[in-house]
Amino acid sequence: MMADIPPLLSVENLHTRFDTMDGVVTAVDGIDFEVYAGETLGLVGESGCGKSVTALSILRLLRCPPAAIEGRVLFEGRDLLQMDSDAIRAVRGSEISMIFQEPMTSLNPVLRIGEQIAEGIRVHQRRTRPESWRRAVEMLRKVQIPSPDSRAAQYPHKFSGGMRQRSMIAIALCCGPKLILADEPTTALDVTIQAQIMNLMMRLKEELQTAIVLITHDLGVIAETASRVIVMYAGKIVEEAPVRELFKDPRHPYTQGLLGSVPVIGRRQRSGRRLQEIPGMVPNPLQVPPGCRFNPRCPKAMPVCCSKPPPMIRLAEHRRVSCWLEAEGAKRESSGR
Amino acid sequence: MALLEVDNLKKYFPIKKGILSRTVGYVKAVDGVSFSLKRGETLGLVGESGCGKTTVGRSLLRLIEPTEGRINFNGQNLLELDRGEMRKVRASLQIIFQDPFSSLNPRMNVGDIIAEPIRNHLNLPRDEIQNRVVLLMERVGLHTAYMRRYPHEFSGGQRQRIGIARALALNPLAIVCDEPVSALDVSIQAQVINLLAQLQEQMDLSYLFIGHDLSVVEHISDRVAVMYLGRIVETASSEELYANPRHPYSQALLSAVPLPDPDARREKILLPGDVPSPIDPPSGCSFHPRCFARQGICTQEQPLLQDIGGGHQVACHSQ
Repeated sequence: MMADIPPLLSVENLHTRFDTMDGVVTAVDGIDFEVYAGETLGLVGESGCGKSVTALSILRLLRCPPAAIEGRVLFEGRDLLQMDSDAIRAVRGSEISMIFQEPMTSLNPVLRIGEQIAEGIRVHQRRTRPESWRRAVEMLRKVQIPSPDSRAAQYPHKFSGGMRQRSMIAIALCCGPKLILADEPTTALDVTIQAQIMNLMMRLKEELQTAIVLITHDLGVIAETASRVIVMYAGKIVEEAPVRELFKDPRHPYTQGLLGSVPVIGRRQRSGRRLQEIPGMVPNPLQVPPGCRFNPRCPKAMPVCCSKPPPMIRLAEHRRVSCWLEAEGAKRESSGR
Repeated sequence: MALLEVDNLKKYFPIKKGILSRTVGYVKAVDGVSFSLKRGETLGLVGESGCGKTTVGRSLLRLIEPTEGRINFNGQNLLELDRGEMRKVRASLQIIFQDPFSSLNPRMNVGDIIAEPIRNHLNLPRDEIQNRVVLLMERVGLHTAYMRRYPHEFSGGQRQRIGIARALALNPLAIVCDEPVSALDVSIQAQVINLLAQLQEQMDLSYLFIGHDLSVVEHISDRVAVMYLGRIVETASSEELYANPRHPYSQALLSAVPLPDPDARREKILLPGDVPSPIDPPSGCSFHPRCFARQGICTQEQPLLQDIGGGHQVACHSQ
């Protein structure tokens, strides 16, 4: 269905490395994926898997050095990684914008909320001050902030967590971007507020036909909002699938473990209170295990998993797994020895 | 008889202003909470930020001094004890904190952290203490080779295990678990939840499990109490509460939890606005400004917890 339409964003062989005092950390290690216009792509994984760094690399929001970003990030055919600083600045906030996790720290505490929204409109759309202020108030109304006229003149400390995140959404949407990178947008919020914010985000996304890359560790949020999901582990993509297939038929042992380890309301069997667990922990990024990075924790690890990195196996369009179990001949190879 | 019985617990934090530090008002963090906990049972305490759940947990051990109420634990009223007596009680009433990073002393090695309560409370020879520490570390799944390492050398999940080993050191009867898995990744969270469940079976422990993640609380608890603005609004057995929530707030809270199932299509109850300030809570039922089942009486009269059968209690005028 999507095959004929070129992707809005295509990330090719992206590597992001950090030069640290202890050595080079490869936070993102050769990942590829596409985002199509108007879709919601979920990017899931646990702390340190590289999902946030991926988003920051796309918009080049990392200081280089210590970071080094390699690969290609094509946005409507233009490589964001090759642009000069003026060109990338024109993309940020205008064509691609970002929503951060921490609504407390990502707003400027000494600027009025209205000014923080108006700034983008003024810079990117070359509007006058009064005009951009009016648009800012309009945006606050759109994200359902009560009495937006007086609220626009207030500072962030007067806003609750939910209202700050609404303001962040207003900033992200003010220039009508084609793509939003939302990095854990509701993680810091209470569930009832999370429900409000997700509802608002998805409604505005439909209205404005924006694509969203939703970065989160919450599988519930993914199941409710994403149409396609990418699972990351230790800097690599381990699985990609349309959302329903991912939850019904997870192929990678890590995805299976992740789904099994979440308690789900109404699913507890009285007989066993044990949750499925993934033993061990995420590898130290300075000493990633050889072969498949998941092999020390994998219940199905075979000899080959510990020596050679698994190939990415394409099962269908937007359905791929990086696991030796899926690789044809994996059995032959390991039993032949 | 219940191991722990809490009756009308209140904690008001004074708000001081001006150079004379005059008290100009109170934050009613906990405003009349009552519950009981049986031997070997887990009571879940859920609610959103600022509802007072953590203050309840800390008040039980008198890490925060409650303003009013009665806490009966193992036959003693804790609020009548002096400091020394209270210290002795804490051997059997322990706490695990949310943040495994700030709740361990960074200058002490793991062996010393776990041995500290044993040294303080029991007069045991050194090798005996050492043996106990080894047993405790094995019990919580920590490699005993790590005994001389310091907290910064451990991951979040392992630090939480250290905190659990410390809490178990004196064979407590009950443990207050204050959001013990909230800071952990899902795969590690499952390990710690399983460990807590396993320890409970082995040692017949009672848990007061404080959390904001309803799925986790349901999984681990026998009974659940839902808090809103310093009060318990509903309490029932875990199955009953999740299958048949009666308070409008519990209903909204449960419906708001995203389920990891793309085919689960439920009606979400979206609550308008934010939680009001506990400094000046709304009149009558403090939930009424956000409630979809509001009636005239709700703005005037505070609803009391009432039994609607089978130990299911709700504080709502519409019941």
